[in-house]
Amino acid sequence: MHWEFVIPGYIIVLGGIALYGGLLIRRGRRLAEQLPPERRRFLD
Amino acid sequence: MGRAQSSSEADVSPSASASADAATPASRAQRLSTSSRLTRVLGIAGLLLLGIMLAFGLWFSGPEIAMRDSVRLLYIHVPSVFVAYLCFGVTFLGSVQYLRNQSSFWDLMAHAAAEIGVLFVVFVLVTGSLWGKPTWGTYWQWDPRLTSTSMMLLMYVGYLALRRLDLPGEVRSQRAAVLGIVSILNVIVVHYSVKWWRSLHQSQTFGIDTQMDGLMLFSFFLGVIAFLAIGAWLLVHRFRVGWMESQLDEIRLEHALVERRNEGRAYPREDDLLQVRPGES
Repeated sequence: MHWEFVIPGYIIVLGGIALYGGLLIRRGRRLAEQLPPERRRFLD
Repeated sequence: MGRAQSSSEADVSPSASASADAATPASRAQRLSTSSRLTRVLGIAGLLLLGIMLAFGLWFSGPEIAMRDSVRLLYIHVPSVFVAYLCFGVTFLGSVQYLRNQSSFWDLMAHAAAEIGVLFVVFVLVTGSLWGKPTWGTYWQWDPRLTSTSMMLLMYVGYLALRRLDLPGEVRSQRAAVLGIVSILNVIVVHYSVKWWRSLHQSQTFGIDTQMDGLMLFSFFLGVIAFLAIGAWLLVHRFRVGWMESQLDEIRLEHALVERRNEGRAYPREDDLLQVRPGES
């Protein structure tokens, strides 16, 4: 009972985290490719 | 986002790609991303805990007497609130630290935490709305808790908008820091709204006199720990993205200054030409 509210809630939250996390990783990779090694403080 | 895209599109450092090519494939993959040993451990732990929480939250723990299965939304709704509160706390701390010592570390940390906090407040409002329909009979009510939470979301969206304004870096950071400090008042209002005003929303979910049974309480704790681990993982990655953007902006500025200086050497100023006397070469 009430699964029609529970399932969308879990999909939105977990899907949102996965989407945001994925975009963040992709953005980080693109930026890291352009950054010289000596400027990569906080990355190691 | 706008700043991020512009940063990623520009090829500012040929030396970076050259040195990256020379590295071994393993170290290259490790360095050309925002991940590190810390984030990998945190990410794997968060995913494992989330998986266990899903099993307990959706399968092993039973429905509640009054709320039936909708109580399962508790395991993601309240942990989202905790992550949002902590993130806004970090934004407050980072803003204070920035105003005290102009530390770019704390400035970037405050920005990163605000963005993660906004994401989790959206989750809070969505899951709360979905939970409200079966328990209150409506998706939305202009109740003190719901209204103050919406205002909190708007304030931090405003904070993020301020961070994207086309202003000198220091001015933008200072104004954002002031807003980051002021906005924490709204977080306090949200938290105590159920005590200060008559509210449809229940009072704090977890306290010393909690009425939750064993498996429900266990699922709830799993949800809190999993969300905190995932929130921390997102925060570290978001901070590192912000750090790289700021570094690329600095490099771009240095290149622009060098180009400007070279242009000056290639084309002598009119005053210099007028000072050349006849017979001089």
